[in-house]
Formats: sequence, structure tokens, C-alpha cells
Amino acid sequence: MIIRVALPYHLRNLARVGAEVSLEVAGPVTIRAVLDALEAKHPVLRGTIRDHGTLKRRPFIRFFACREDLSLEPPETLLPEAVVSGKEAFLVVGAMAGG
Amino acid sequence: MSSIRVLVGTKKGAFILTANGTRKNWDITGPHFAGWEMYHLKGSTVDPNRIYASQSSGWFGQIIQRSDDGGKTWNPPGTKPEDLMGPDGMPKGKSNEFAYEGAVGTHMWYDGTQHPWEFKRVWHIEPSLTDPDTAYAGVEDAAIFKTTDGGKTWKEMPTLRGVKGALWQPGAGGMAVHTIIIDPKNPKRIYIAISSAGAFRTDDGGLTWKPINKGLKSQYELPDPDADVGHCVHRIALHPSRPDVLFMQKHWDIMRSDNSGDQWSEVSGNLPTDFGFPIDVHAHEPETIYVVPITSDSLHYPPDGKLRVYRSKTGGNEWEALTKGLPQKNCYVNVLRDAMAVDTLDKCGVYFGTTGGQVYCSPDGGDSWTEIASHLPGVLSVEVQTLK
Repeated sequence: MIIRVALPYHLRNLARVGAEVSLEVAGPVTIRAVLDALEAKHPVLRGTIRDHGTLKRRPFIRFFACREDLSLEPPETLLPEAVVSGKEAFLVVGAMAGG
Repeated sequence: MSSIRVLVGTKKGAFILTANGTRKNWDITGPHFAGWEMYHLKGSTVDPNRIYASQSSGWFGQIIQRSDDGGKTWNPPGTKPEDLMGPDGMPKGKSNEFAYEGAVGTHMWYDGTQHPWEFKRVWHIEPSLTDPDTAYAGVEDAAIFKTTDGGKTWKEMPTLRGVKGALWQPGAGGMAVHTIIIDPKNPKRIYIAISSAGAFRTDDGGLTWKPINKGLKSQYELPDPDADVGHCVHRIALHPSRPDVLFMQKHWDIMRSDNSGDQWSEVSGNLPTDFGFPIDVHAHEPETIYVVPITSDSLHYPPDGKLRVYRSKTGGNEWEALTKGLPQKNCYVNVLRDAMAVDTLDKCGVYFGTTGGQVYCSPDGGDSWTEIASHLPGVLSVEVQTLK
């Protein structure tokens, strides 16, 4: 499956990509599978979305799909069909923080 | 003719200022890595076009950047196609992985309890004096890491945290290794400083470390003012020709050691206040040192709203205010610990950056100053390269 992932401004610049990247994801399309594919294609993003080692989501990163906040869902969570089909993008968002 | 390249790290990106040896007309490029906190950039003395940079963000964490062409282009080391594939076929992307060695351990927290070490960011990168692929990184929470592959991977030198690390405590700005100085005559000897743990030295390339804090007095900060560790050292500096002589800006007090840190004595002398952050040494006069007095630990701006660098030509105790070209009224900026540097031209240039986004240059050892950048984001660090 080709999955669309939207990245926040600073990560786009870091990875030198546009607002969205398209990723080939084999097997079940889970949050973890998409992030693994993203980091495999753009290794500069390793550690910026998930911590090295623990692979836990960084505190000020949020995940959205189809207007649902998936940030607190387990990494094995399957993404909605609209994301799997490429109709909707999986959103990696820098949380509003800092006042 | 020689030229000068000034590497400026700010709260919102990095800037590179260049000028010829007259140091009169400056060209500014940047912001590089716009919007990111750039704690520090520093070039290799072996290969001045090799520059390491620490880029960080509360959202996206730590990134290491490297330039091999003097700051024109940058890449995170280890993410170019030729670097990518590890033995398992997966990309490496390890240049921003700073993993503490072994059991992570704990240090003193603000409330007196023990708190686990948590990596936050790289404050300072110190390239080796002999190998451009080797560099040291001072990080928060306090530890020192080393790379020997140009920044692609970093490995902690863990014995430092074994030196009474459980007693180290963060200051208001965090708990970081912010100063790393390699002895130019003995590369196995490295000095580091930590807020708030003190100064430390290794004589065996980092296998073992010892605290070098005898003579420091922290009567307002520590239950035992003469403690081995726990002192809030803001910065140390040395002259390359005389690496056994160290100068220190402590939280309060300007200190001097003539025996590689084994014993310190106070040389604050006639300064209007001995609180401050940076300290540096003239490139050609080992007894000429510079500080920027700040009102107090509660008032992080210059006394009386006058931005004054103080110079001692006697290695401390006797200080003179340097004011020509610096604002002498309504100035309430700070100068952070890594934000002062010198060039090595015949007439030594002295540089510093402020939290108000100004960068000043004195092309005459401090006698007069010119504002060479005026409206940058708050300056976190200033390093200077003298290019032949």
C-alpha cells in the first residue's frame, strides 16, 4: 500500500521533502508500520518523532487520521481505511505548546 | 590576507558572519536551520571547513549537523546514501542518538530526591585538535559523548558520571556539560565544566575523571561550601601556550588555577560584580582575560544598564572596564557562557553575542567595539575561526 504522511514544517525541512511523503507499507498498516517506513526512507527523522531506543512518541508530537487523534493509541493500532487507500493522509503534527 | 568566520548559534537558527582581516565589513548568512535552537557550532582546527552544529527543539529533539565546506551546505552525518545501510540493511540515522551507557543512574533533583538521567540536548561540541572526525559533545543531562566517525555515531564516556554523579544537581538552566577544553599539549588531558557539579579533568583520554574544585567557595549554594562537587561553574578558559593555567567564571567569583585545576584562588578583584557567564583569554597575551559582569543571579543584565566587558592584563584582580562602542545606558541584555570568543589575528579580535541578538567585535583586543549584527534572535553561542 502507498500511504500518504503529512509532516510538520520543521520535519519537512529536515527531510528535504514537501508537505506530504508517500510511503510503501507492506502488511498491516499500523501506526508503527507507517513510522518504521517513514524512518527507513528518511533516516534523518529517527529520534525526532519517536525516541531512539524506546520508540515512544515524543511528548509534543501528535498523530491524527481522519480527524481522529491517535496519539495515545498503541503503536499496533490499524489506521483507518481512508488512510490505507490513500484517500486521507496520516498526520504527524507538532503540538501547540510554548504559550 | 586572513579572513574571519564567526559562527553564531541563536534561539532561532544559526548565522555565519564573515569578514576579511580588517574586520570592518561583515557579510551575514542565515538563518541556517531557521526556527531551531542552535546551541553551538564549532569548526575543526585541523580542517576549518569541517563544522559541527547542535540543532535542537522541544518538539523534535536533537539533531547533529555537519558542514564540510565551511558552512555553505549541511547534512546530518550518517544520513547520506552511502552511509545508510547497516549490516541489517536498515538505515543508521544514529547521529542524533545520545544513549547513556549502562544503567542510566540518578542525580540530585531540585527537591533533594534522586532523579534519573534524561538526555535533553547537546550544549557544546568540541572538535579534536588532531582529527576532524573526532569530536566531543557536552550534553544535558550532564554527560560527555565522543564521536570518531565524523558525528555519525556518538558514545558516552561514562566514567565522568561516576564521579559523585548522584550529588550533581541542575541549575536554573538545566544540568549540562557546557565547557570542554582539550589540552593542546596533551590530548589525553581534557577539562570539562558542569552546572551545577563543577569542573572535572581527565588525564587519560576520558578513562577516569577527577573533580578539580578545591578552592571554590559556594557559600550561598551548597550546604558544604567547600564540597568536592556541586559548584555552579559557568565557564573555564585557558591559553593554548600555557594549558596548566585556567581561568573560571563561577556562578559568583572569577577564579584562577596555576596547576591544572588542582587548586583555585579568587581573582575577582575590583570588578563591580563577579557574577557572569563567559570568560576568555587574549590570543597572544596569556595573562589578558575578559569577562562580562552581570548584576546578580537574580538580575541577569549588566549593572546600571551599561554593557561593559572587563579586561584584566594581570591574569585577574586588576580589571578595567571596556566601554567604547558598547551601549552605556538602557542595556538589559545578558551574555551567555558560550557566547564569547577570540580570533588569532596579530591584533587579537574579541567577540561576544547577547541575548538581545547583537554580536559585537573588538578588532583591537577590547579597546573599541563595533556591533556587527544587530537584530538576531537571542545569541546562545559565538565561535570564531581565523582562516589563513
